[in-house]
Amino acid sequence: MFKSILFISLCILALTILLNLYRVIKGPTSSDRIQALDSIGINIIASIGIFSILFHTRAFFDLMLLIGILSFIGTIAFARFIERSVVIERNR
Amino acid sequence: MNGIAEIITAFFILVGTTISLLAAIGLVRLPDVYTRSHAASKSSTLGVLCVLIGTLLYFLISDGYFSIRLILGIFFVFLTAPVAAHVICRAAYRNQAPVADTMVEDELKEYYELNPEYKKKSIVVEETVQVDE
Repeated sequence: MFKSILFISLCILALTILLNLYRVIKGPTSSDRIQALDSIGINIIASIGIFSILFHTRAFFDLMLLIGILSFIGTIAFARFIERSVVIERNR
Repeated sequence: MNGIAEIITAFFILVGTTISLLAAIGLVRLPDVYTRSHAASKSSTLGVLCVLIGTLLYFLISDGYFSIRLILGIFFVFLTAPVAAHVICRAAYRNQAPVADTMVEDELKEYYELNPEYKKKSIVVEETVQVDE
């Protein structure tokens, strides 16, 4: 019963990531695409949590932090790039 | 003891994934960038928070293991998702992203007309090399 609930939750998360991928492909502006990619990263964190319950291990918690940090840095870098077409400014 | 952990965890995880699915439906169906950002930031954060709290409670009740790394992950997601949504929306507005027809009033437009130095689209990177004498 418990395992089937976890499998259903994983299927729902896969459907969620597919809907986000639709927005990544179709999105009219690049802001839509960045937003959908950020949402995909957050959903991957949730699915790692469900996997760690399913395998009953604690080894994936570091991975959760790592994906969160990388997704945040990527989002900020892309947003700065489409805002002023440079990522790192050189002001003197 | 294990049954209680499974019931609580299943409840939290089902609620969290359902909220994530609703956020994705909002991301597909809403009309423009600024309304999509509501669905993508707020409800996605709530969904992943519910799933991570369920994971934390499962390991706390069944193993007696309180994971500080999971607390750090929850705190980090809760901290960074609104910041990312804010930065994306500001970039979209400065890039003149199209707005839906149902918008009534644009209050930020007056501000950018009063202060035109914030409106410039791209900073020209000066390639002047200082020659030190």
